[in-house]
Amino acid sequence: MNLCWTTLPQNLKLTRHGCDRGVGMNGAGIFGAIFARDVRLAWSQGGTGTMALSFFLIAVTLFPFGVGPEPQTLARIAAGVIWVVALLACLLSLDRLYQADYEDGSLDDLALSPLGLTGVAAAKILAHWVATILPLVALSPVLGMLMNLDGDAYGMLLLSLLIGTPALSLIGSVGAALTVSVRRGGVLMSLLVLPLYVPTLIFGVGAIDAAAGMTDALPHLAFLGAVTLVALVIGPVASAAALRLSLE
Amino acid sequence: MHRFANPAEFNRLADAILPWAKVVMAAAFLYGLYLALYASPADYQQGESVRIMYIHVPAAWMAMFTYMVVAVASFTALVWRHPLALLAGKAAAPIGLVFTGLALLTGMLWGKPMWGTYWVWDGRLTSVLVLFFLYLGYMALWRALDEEDKAGRAASILALVGVVNIPIIKFSVDWWNTLHQPASVMRMDGPSMPVEMLWPLLTLAVAYKAYFVVVLLYRMKLEINLRKLSVLSSLEVQG
Repeated sequence: MNLCWTTLPQNLKLTRHGCDRGVGMNGAGIFGAIFARDVRLAWSQGGTGTMALSFFLIAVTLFPFGVGPEPQTLARIAAGVIWVVALLACLLSLDRLYQADYEDGSLDDLALSPLGLTGVAAAKILAHWVATILPLVALSPVLGMLMNLDGDAYGMLLLSLLIGTPALSLIGSVGAALTVSVRRGGVLMSLLVLPLYVPTLIFGVGAIDAAAGMTDALPHLAFLGAVTLVALVIGPVASAAALRLSLE
Repeated sequence: MHRFANPAEFNRLADAILPWAKVVMAAAFLYGLYLALYASPADYQQGESVRIMYIHVPAAWMAMFTYMVVAVASFTALVWRHPLALLAGKAAAPIGLVFTGLALLTGMLWGKPMWGTYWVWDGRLTSVLVLFFLYLGYMALWRALDEEDKAGRAASILALVGVVNIPIIKFSVDWWNTLHQPASVMRMDGPSMPVEMLWPLLTLAVAYKAYFVVVLLYRMKLEINLRKLSVLSSLEVQG
């Protein structure tokens, strides 16, 4: 398909790659352009990047108020709290992953690109993970400090979040795509996606607890990686199928 | 297979199966409940509470089996665009939800005298609870979208993604092995259960399956009739 990609809304600047002469971009170029646009949007005014980060920080600091400030109690629940709140922050920020593009029609445009909807979904998922989730991971040691996380577990906190959170973006993308045409689909999306997050949560927290208890964290990490790989296979394809459905 | 995409053909088949399924269901329920509640021995450890298991275990089996039915129906609907497969998934899901709820409820009632608590966060319990949520999500998605066909295919995608959860349920006993009994019927070296306990269990499993067939066929016929009605009423509005 030889489409010109100069007319995409929301400042999708594709002209640099030769599209201005009416030559269609190749798949990698479009992938990069969508990725760059979504990252920029996430960190522009009103984007999800800063909001998810603030939510992550505020929601974790609520827990000491709820369970009390005793250091032992906080240390015991630190890994679980950080993982659960990271998961919720991811869910909140995924809400409109496709919705804005669906509403203003750019998703129809993207669907016709040589990249295909699966590639479009993959680019948007990657952008979501890099722009929204990676900052959460980077901030997590600070929250570990607030929650009095065991000193031996900081490396594992970062590692388990790095390995596990891509699965959250990938699976969440399927939920976002399925509910893209539903008005206020956020609540429905949580219902669809949260049960599927359970294995990631279990193995992610398991790895950190294992590191804090000085036992072998490798089995947990291996399972965590397996879940992410399965999500990597399913996520973009299922998202694309769901998007195709709502574009009909 | 596409022969039964014709609703009239399907109705004929369903009407042929239904009487037999009902007979099997009634006979198996009567005989199985008689065996389970009167004619089987109390367990030497669990006492009379073991009888809850005859209701609980087949319900748990059916909870998983029904999800597989929904997943296969979803796959058929997505790949071959089989119109009745969508209806089969829609009709099966609430039955599976009830089986899952029954398994959770009877499990809790059994857990109170046996474990001293209604609920433990054991792997198998937890993943059955997750299965319950998966059914809820599937049914909620069916209702959320206006167009019947789109809603069905969206829910089908969800069901196929969720089917990844089924092996987790099956093997969760080994993964997070805590308080729950290890699987004792499906083992390579044969059942570890005495025959007089296995018999009522299997009879009730047949009864549950026949019940599933009866309700599924009725619900599918109902869905077909509802579609006919909506077509008729839209014709009436036009004409």
